[in-house]
Amino acid sequence: MSVTTPSKLQKMIASGNFAVTSEVGPPRSADGAVIEHKGNLIKDYVDAINVTDNQTSVCRVCSLACCIRLKLMGLEPCLQMVTRDRNCIALQSDILGAASFGIHNILCLTGDHQHFGDHPKCANVFDLDSIQLIQTVKMMRDEGKLLGGHEFAVRPQMFIGAAANPFAGPNVAMRVSRLAKKVAAGVQFIQTQCIYNLDKFKEFMKLMVDRGLHEKVAILAGITPMKNVGMAKYMQKRVPGMDVPDDIIRRIGGVPKEKQAEEGITLAVEQIQELKEVEGVRGFHIMAIEWEEKVQEIVERGGLYPRPQLA
Amino acid sequence: MIKAVPKPLEEVLDLVKDFTKVLIVGCDGCVTVCEAGGSKEAKVLASALRLYFTQAGKQAQIDETSLTRQCEKEYLAQLSDKMDAYDAVVSLACGCGVQYMAEMYNNKIIYPGVDTCFLGVNEERGLYAERCQACGRCILAETGGVCPIARCSKRMLNGPCGGSDQGKCEISKDVPCGWELIYERLKTLGQLDRFEKPVDPKDWTTSRDGGPRTIVREDLRI
Ligand code: SF4
Ligand code: SF4
Repeated sequence: MSVTTPSKLQKMIASGNFAVTSEVGPPRSADGAVIEHKGNLIKDYVDAINVTDNQTSVCRVCSLACCIRLKLMGLEPCLQMVTRDRNCIALQSDILGAASFGIHNILCLTGDHQHFGDHPKCANVFDLDSIQLIQTVKMMRDEGKLLGGHEFAVRPQMFIGAAANPFAGPNVAMRVSRLAKKVAAGVQFIQTQCIYNLDKFKEFMKLMVDRGLHEKVAILAGITPMKNVGMAKYMQKRVPGMDVPDDIIRRIGGVPKEKQAEEGITLAVEQIQELKEVEGVRGFHIMAIEWEEKVQEIVERGGLYPRPQLA
Repeated sequence: MIKAVPKPLEEVLDLVKDFTKVLIVGCDGCVTVCEAGGSKEAKVLASALRLYFTQAGKQAQIDETSLTRQCEKEYLAQLSDKMDAYDAVVSLACGCGVQYMAEMYNNKIIYPGVDTCFLGVNEERGLYAERCQACGRCILAETGGVCPIARCSKRMLNGPCGGSDQGKCEISKDVPCGWELIYERLKTLGQLDRFEKPVDPKDWTTSRDGGPRTIVREDLRI
């Protein structure tokens, strides 16, 4: 994989080192200091920082504003963008806006249905889906063109990412097919759904490798530490498309309450160690949900620190 | 066909409680099939209103009738002799019928008696399910005969999303994932190759996004 954009994340992946990304969730108020604080907590431990886009359909400070803030702090943001809330005019407008501030990473998502969030009665948009958003960013970058046909000179230099969930229905083979479709659309890196079922993930990666897809797209394995057994059970039962095997519940639940967080971190670290050996895994995406202060420990204990300094 | 459900009685009562002469008009089209607004439902609603007015000690005249279709002028015209005798009309047709009646009887108060829901099928008696959102450019040929616009909660053209779980949509365990259905059907038809080809953004101009739609069929107009 060669370097084709100014993205530091792309450079790290191309260098052959394991890349590390993490994410920060914006606040549900106009408090800009929150993102600054979270960015500072993790900046030395990751290569790029995703900012979620109204995740789980809960209204928050917009991803673009937070990404600009991180960029102005000298950090490397990754703009998460869902197609739920904006039509293609607004999406492309935000992509141009991000690029105008030198933001070079984007994660193209369809987004959760608004039914999950704090505005379940609102209308949704879904003018495009994630794959069409990938196509759109690629066209803007490589052809200097908008969907409407307008051509322009200063192009957004985006390293294009998307998500993949190896654990969703109907089966692993179809999940590989759908990822192949994202590759055909132009995706360059993937941050996966949180991995707890390692056997299933390995099966997914084997199919990817068999088709040579791992050469075409960089897979960053999704890691989310469990805070306690309640969270593990919630994820198993309530989050659609999440695969939490019973032995994870037993393991976290098997230690006293005050030790469960620590056990969750240890589990995450072990998962990283094991996933490093899986062919095609190029790095890790650590989603410590409202637990950003633990990213440092996970990265350090996962043997991913210090982050290589690339020229 | 168009699927609808009767409005709650309280809502209709609230609309008509201050009138003394009310006509209930059923429609023998779609709303009869889904048992929301046919002649039978018109009778039932009229009796309920009569009972309400009697119990409230008010004098009122509540009559009911039904038309072959309320989305055609010829049938709506059959009401022209009667209309003057009523203060208000409750139409049990779909939203099209209610509006068309209001257009024809411009000075009359016309209320809707049903909630018009979607274009769907009769899975069983009393169980209706959406199948089409009338997008104006049908793509069923490409999607194994399953509509991603009507049957995927995010109207994705390149699904399924990461929320599909054991055949169900992320929004509810009671909603089948439209994209899993598409995948299975393409598999059955031996057309899985379609699945890996990205589908370009849809032109929504023929859908509601293009503004109110009209069909002009020159071949049919004399
Ligand atoms: S593609 Fe359009 S016309 Fe065809 S079934 Fe779906 S919504 Fe209806
Ligand atoms: S689960 Fe299936 S039907 Fe529901 S939004 Fe995702 S792809 Fe669409």
